[in-house]
Amino acid sequence: MAGRQFIMQVWRGDAAKGSFQEYRVPAAEGMVLLDVIHAIQATQAGDLAVRWNCKAGKCGSCSAEINGKPRLMCMTRMNSLNTDEPITVAPMKSFPLIRDLVTDVSFNFEMAKRVPAFKPRPKGPDGTHRMQQEDIDRVQEFHKCIECFLCQNVCHVIRDHEDNKKHFAGPRLFVRYAALEMHPLDTNDRRELLKDKMGLGYCNITKCCSEVCPEHIKITDNAIIPLKERVVDEFYDPLARWLRKLTAKGS
Amino acid sequence: MAGPYETHEYDVIVIGAGGAGLRAAVEASAQGVKTALICKSLLGKAHTVMAEGGIAAAMGNIYPEDNWKVHFRDTMRGGKLLNNWRMAQIHAQEAPARVLELEEWGALFDRTPDGRILQRDFGGHRYARLAHVGDRTGLEMIRTLQQHAVHKGIDVYMECTIARLLKDGDRVAGAFGYWRESGRFVAFTAKAVVLATGGIGKAWKITSNSWEYTGDGIAMALDAGADLIDMEMVQFHPTGMVWPPSVRGILVTEGVRGDGGTLKNSEGKRFMFNYIPEFFKAETAETEKEADAWYEDKKNRRTPDLLPRDEVARAINAEVKAGRGTPHGGVFLDIASRRSADYIQKRLPSMYHQFKELAGVDITKEPMEVGPTCHYVMGGVRVDADTTATTVPGLFAAGEVAAGLHGANRLGGNSLSDLLVFGRRAGLYAAEYAKKFTGAVKAGVDQLASVEHELLTPFNHHGGENPYSIHMDLQECMQNLVGIIRTESDLKKALGEIARLKQRLTRASVEGHRQYNPGWHLAMDLHALLEVAETCTLSAIERKESRGGHTRDDYPKADPSFGKINLVTRKKNGALSITPEPLPEMPGELKQLIEEQK
Ligand SMILES: Cc1cc2nc3c(=O)[nH]c(=O)nc-3n(C[C@H](O)[C@H](O)[C@H](O)COP(=O)(O)OP(=O)(O)OC[C@H]3O[C@@H](n4cnc5c(N)ncnc54)[C@H](O)[C@@H]3O)c2cc1C
Ligand code: SF4
Ligand code: SF4
Ligand code: FES
Repeated sequence: MAGRQFIMQVWRGDAAKGSFQEYRVPAAEGMVLLDVIHAIQATQAGDLAVRWNCKAGKCGSCSAEINGKPRLMCMTRMNSLNTDEPITVAPMKSFPLIRDLVTDVSFNFEMAKRVPAFKPRPKGPDGTHRMQQEDIDRVQEFHKCIECFLCQNVCHVIRDHEDNKKHFAGPRLFVRYAALEMHPLDTNDRRELLKDKMGLGYCNITKCCSEVCPEHIKITDNAIIPLKERVVDEFYDPLARWLRKLTAKGS
Repeated sequence: MAGPYETHEYDVIVIGAGGAGLRAAVEASAQGVKTALICKSLLGKAHTVMAEGGIAAAMGNIYPEDNWKVHFRDTMRGGKLLNNWRMAQIHAQEAPARVLELEEWGALFDRTPDGRILQRDFGGHRYARLAHVGDRTGLEMIRTLQQHAVHKGIDVYMECTIARLLKDGDRVAGAFGYWRESGRFVAFTAKAVVLATGGIGKAWKITSNSWEYTGDGIAMALDAGADLIDMEMVQFHPTGMVWPPSVRGILVTEGVRGDGGTLKNSEGKRFMFNYIPEFFKAETAETEKEADAWYEDKKNRRTPDLLPRDEVARAINAEVKAGRGTPHGGVFLDIASRRSADYIQKRLPSMYHQFKELAGVDITKEPMEVGPTCHYVMGGVRVDADTTATTVPGLFAAGEVAAGLHGANRLGGNSLSDLLVFGRRAGLYAAEYAKKFTGAVKAGVDQLASVEHELLTPFNHHGGENPYSIHMDLQECMQNLVGIIRTESDLKKALGEIARLKQRLTRASVEGHRQYNPGWHLAMDLHALLEVAETCTLSAIERKESRGGHTRDDYPKADPSFGKINLVTRKKNGALSITPEPLPEMPGELKQLIEEQK
């Protein structure tokens, strides 16, 4: 690999103006894209703005669009890209730009504030909660979410219509709602809110969100569709609703 | 132009939003005081999110014989008895309740067949004790706490870095920092301040720690007049990734060994049997057969692969030095030949993913290559065991930034439990302090003009030192001279190098403007990092023995007289001093616990 260089086109700029800038970085074995960005920072552009923490796909800080594809920079091996061509690195498009690769993701944190809290049922006779592993497998899948917001970024409901953010929680938050709704101990009911305020109906199951999820959470199949079914049951099927009340909480 | 600054008033501010800070903020706010939580990254991205293996708590779900006394004993022995006994006692006693409380807030731990919280084996713990979720326990913990804090309506200031503590006479009265996004300065006044800023691992080159670990909290506390203790005690985790170079240092959880993985050298030998120290002989298996039997039934003696981390890290270091390392300078960690692919993927999904994606290694088929990586600092801010109060009135500290609980070496899993137990206590006692406080909060805002000037200097230099180069040179220096194995001459060399780096930092320059400028942020963080590197080195020179995370080639044995003292770091008029002070005396009945259950 000696002497080889990566040719990078990195987006530089802020909300007002910006453009792609070219940088050349010497290749080293096993590099991931975040290493290349760090090399640019250390030697050519000390003020290049980028978020990262774990460098191991665990914290969800380093989301960007690499050759147009939304991914984690720390989990993108350079040898998985065509390095004969320049590689473009751009910030996530659906969020307002702060600077360079850093975007304002506060929308997601605001939406999280509106999620009705977890409300557990009382503890069992021995003072603990007994739960079977198979009853929590599904919810544990949802808890794998690292809040990289890549799914929020690709969802066309937000990406193409900025205005929808006011009344559309987005896939990440649907995963969170699903985690709560299917939690074996939870007693809250969030279905009306989902239908009326969180825009569950806007989702037309394109599955783009599931495709980009670095944690491989089946967002559409396992979270969104079951939520839609529950909402339908609640509001259009009185029998199912009555049955559900009898059995406390279905899963 | 200095000021006026954006200013916020609180009863309690918590600096740091990892497990310790979040738990502290939740508690303070539950006590009814006005609370703010401040962090350098976005909420939910602190180190705590990366923790893998689990939370240590003697719940006794797998082994009913387990209880706080055994956990206490394990923690003390793992820490080579340098621990603050009272912290170790409180920690062991309260951890189970703190874990169950997380469940009450929505956390879902892996289960036993009878529906209770499953517990896993880890180094130095006599019984399977770590509550966990696969190998992503920290994520579960931080998300649960984060969501709980958000629902409680606590004010959160994200991507806001605190640069100085403010004082009013002797007591702490607030903090001053900047928004990373805009580069604008912001001041907080508070009746009490909780430090929960974590560790210092970014001073070393091979490290499992993120950019946040620049020791800000420790340096700010020291500057504010607080005592530090045990700053020489740094934990090198035995198993970090070693190949490819770009991932060197990324952690490989101890859970791999807890779940059956073993360490082997290039000759295919399980070398840990050759490194069992006298101190742990009685409880450690001597043959492979005996070690494997332990995985089936914990009544057997435990495998030496799970000796405390300092022992394993030194052993790996020695094997590599003796020429029995892997091609890339590590040793092999093999679970592929010992457990089924299914089991490995279920128990260690993120390790599987990490090796597959980053190293092109399938851990269900091949061994991993691993070697020591800087991981955790046992030393830090000295605190009162019960209240977490530092030696500065109004200032509290919890989590990795605080010292005492872990002594000379931390056991795996004991950090997450530490965060919960002492995070809660920090919030509680900070709130209590704030409630009792009467009179006006007068943060010395007049000092701020000069602080602002200092923080902005790198913009006034042109063509000066590159902060990234200074950082890399520091990492090189600490890695080579203040690493796993230390000698007086190396340590003295390091002091000289750190002094030169400090000089260079005064000439640091950054390009661009104040908005989200990582080069500038690093230039500011480096002040803290150089200061903690210096305290660590100074303290390491003074401890003329080998114990836990501190190994001296020139004093290879533990010295009983050093076993009775903490090394206290103080700063007066800009000068650092290291003073030995006796450890708090342990009550007889606790001493007996440690002796009795060998
Ligand atoms: C990869 C890895 C795996 C681990 N696995 C385990 C495990 O299985 N079990 C276990 O017990 N321990 C484990 N540990 C150790 C444990 O995760 C950490 O010790 C612990 O999470 C530290 O928590 P904390 O709350 O003290 O600090 P952190 O979680 O690091 O949080 C520090 C906070 O302080 C903020 N901060 C820092 N400086 C400033 C400043 N100047 N201004 C404002 N905010 C600031 C940061 O933004 C952050 O929010 C692991 C560590 C790593 C790195
Ligand atoms: S499936 Fe629904 S939520 Fe996911 S990207 Fe498509 S529209 Fe958005
Ligand atoms: S659901 Fe997946 S893609 Fe969406 S934020 Fe979570 S981890 Fe990222
Ligand atoms: S840096 Fe944590 S996910 Fe990339």
